[in-house]
Amino acid sequence: MSTFQIDFGNAGSKIVGIDLGTTNSLVAVMDLTGPRILGGIVPSVISLTESGDVIAGSEAREMLLTHPERSVYSVKRLMGRGITDIQEELKLFPFHLAQGSESVLRLDVGGKVMTPPQVSAHILLKLKNDAEAELGMPVTQAVITVPAYFNDAQRQATKDAGRIAGLEVLRLVNEPTAAALAYGLDKRNQGIIAVYDFGGGTFDISILRLHDGIFEVLATNGDTHLGGDDIDNLLLRIALEDIQSEWGEDISGRNDAVQLLRRAVIDAKEKLSFVPTAVIDMQYGGKRYQREINVALFDKLIEPIIERTLVSCRACLQDSGIPVDEIDEVVMVGGSTRIPLVRSAVERLFRTRPHTELNPDEVVAIGAAVQAGILGGEVEDKLLLDVTPLSLGIETMGGLVSKLIHRNSTIPASATEQFTTAVDGQKNVLIHVVQGERELVKDCRSLARFDLKDLPPMQAGMARIEVKFLIDANGILSVTARDVRTGKEQSIEVKPSYGLSDEQVEAMILESFNEAEHDFQERQVREARVEADAILAATEKARRNDVYSELSDEERAVIDKSVNELLVVYHSDDHLLIREKIDALNDATQSLAENIMNNAVRGMLKGTKL
Amino acid sequence: MKRGSSLLMAPTESMRYYEALGIDTKLVLDAEELKQRFYGLSRQWHPDRFARSGEAEKRKALDMTSLLNDAFRTLKDPITRAEYLLEENGMGPAKSAPPELLEEVFELNMALDELRDGDESARGQLTDARARFFGMRGEIDQDLAAMFANYDSAPSQDTLSQIRATLDRRRYISNLVRDVDKELNK
Repeated sequence: MSTFQIDFGNAGSKIVGIDLGTTNSLVAVMDLTGPRILGGIVPSVISLTESGDVIAGSEAREMLLTHPERSVYSVKRLMGRGITDIQEELKLFPFHLAQGSESVLRLDVGGKVMTPPQVSAHILLKLKNDAEAELGMPVTQAVITVPAYFNDAQRQATKDAGRIAGLEVLRLVNEPTAAALAYGLDKRNQGIIAVYDFGGGTFDISILRLHDGIFEVLATNGDTHLGGDDIDNLLLRIALEDIQSEWGEDISGRNDAVQLLRRAVIDAKEKLSFVPTAVIDMQYGGKRYQREINVALFDKLIEPIIERTLVSCRACLQDSGIPVDEIDEVVMVGGSTRIPLVRSAVERLFRTRPHTELNPDEVVAIGAAVQAGILGGEVEDKLLLDVTPLSLGIETMGGLVSKLIHRNSTIPASATEQFTTAVDGQKNVLIHVVQGERELVKDCRSLARFDLKDLPPMQAGMARIEVKFLIDANGILSVTARDVRTGKEQSIEVKPSYGLSDEQVEAMILESFNEAEHDFQERQVREARVEADAILAATEKARRNDVYSELSDEERAVIDKSVNELLVVYHSDDHLLIREKIDALNDATQSLAENIMNNAVRGMLKGTKL
Repeated sequence: MKRGSSLLMAPTESMRYYEALGIDTKLVLDAEELKQRFYGLSRQWHPDRFARSGEAEKRKALDMTSLLNDAFRTLKDPITRAEYLLEENGMGPAKSAPPELLEEVFELNMALDELRDGDESARGQLTDARARFFGMRGEIDQDLAAMFANYDSAPSQDTLSQIRATLDRRRYISNLVRDVDKELNK
């Protein structure tokens, strides 16, 4: 191709910003003129095709209706979770767990076993390909957004997904903070703002102070299992009950029927944001179900869900230390904020009219692109100071939690503790790290157990091991230890309570490379066929030209032979062979093409008066 | 995990929080100036500024920024600031309750128990007690402000001991207010 690219530095690579949402995902980039969305909205759905390929996005969402057993949606709800965490989810979502899900969740997708990070990686890969196609250059580095209230394991799982997709995740950014960046870029640079982010599966509230380009998060709160999905499930339950009494059959076990009904329910829900009544309308197995829902009933249904978001908002206000009348603006993010009752409830609580003019579906990706610009050096005047949403502590005697880093501490944040041995000759010390606000270990979430190993034999209480807990700018914990007396680094073995070990992630990266190889091959074949189509069409057209009849029989025979040979290899999976035959046809038709061109030029000259 | 009594105090380089923010070890600080310093140093050291640097530089940025954040968090509040300064001087908080409050606390705990058992008549007593403790804390804060200024102009071990005792009293009262609030708001 003879197009040329302009390089803006950074060795031609661009850091992209990715909003990896529960329902939809989006990728954006920072341009010279500002942030720009690449490609379009990618539904966060994956599907296994008949030929064994995994597809993601709109095509997969269509397959969700026809082949629900081979498709997965809302996988974000499973990221970084253990089997005991997701019992509720299993009742409401058609996730099929595979064998061996006790330590790490594994989904059975039409017979193919995949962990949630692997599923997410396919969505990321789709976004990566879209971005590469539009930018015309490889994309290897990304900023990915996560709900502010995501814990360590959920963040780690998101990072793993990026790695599996072949992306170096330079930063995880909290979604409401990303929205604030996008908003601050556009509208306001000073004051206190609240970001109310109510998406497909998660809810976050963050309160920030904006000051000359510094975006300082003062407090954050939320619920990583509260979103539009929950509203859909409420309506779905009603519809399923209706159908049972109307049709006399329970269709809740039929995946395809439930997915059709779910789509109908979402349609009705979305309409209710604009009109006073909507109809849930579904046809299945020759029968039709219709039910009218009005706003009053809808509001009554969802009120408890909205109240749960308000509880988080009040706690966040309290933690921020900001009186409610000092909040200058409330920024609304996420598809669920289109619901009028959500807007009015937020307005009442914060006593200010919420801002809805930014596209709630795009604002997080835009903010991620701004953060990518900050990391890439394109945006110099802005800086994000975020916080950790949950307190970090260690288990002490009696199952109690001793807090080391409190929630809403600006990150990176650290804490140092010294440990010693309790009995003579003790060789290791086990440190159990938990995340959460409760006082008992059993009420918090276990993060990991760190085993300080190979301590030299000493009397009890003589060892002096200094352990440093550090939460980095991504909100992810790392732990280092050193022997105070020798100053030497102390070896630690990390046993994460949830999620994948480094080795497992490595194995998945290898696996995805093999798959990517396969995908790449596919793409090469597809591209070769597109080229073949073009030259075949051009040849066909040339054959109707007068010039064609002027060719010698021999020349025509060579062209016919080349066309036939190309058609023979056209459906093979060997893109090199297809290209070889394309080249051959190209050669065979060269003089024909030249003659046609000359003829055309002559014709033009003839008609030109000198 | 066994820790409990085997837990030791972490030694720190003395006053590194003050050092990180580049300010004198005073107990009275200008909040706005502190914030501006914090923002300025964050702009300089935040890991975002080093995303494409080498590993050593990244590590330094991470360490510097976490220290800065820990320092600002501790020093921006006058009470945690004083606690930090005392701690650095080897004067940790007392474990026992201030003796002059014992009798009052005893009665308060009885009233709390009564309310927990459903005796609503205790509510009035608790509301009064809350107001009283709240007032006490206000007075303590005024006393502390004076002691802080006193220390800054003429640092002495005596003043520090005085502050230590006042902070212990304050912490105890704050916990009482918190407990009463929790019960009243149930």
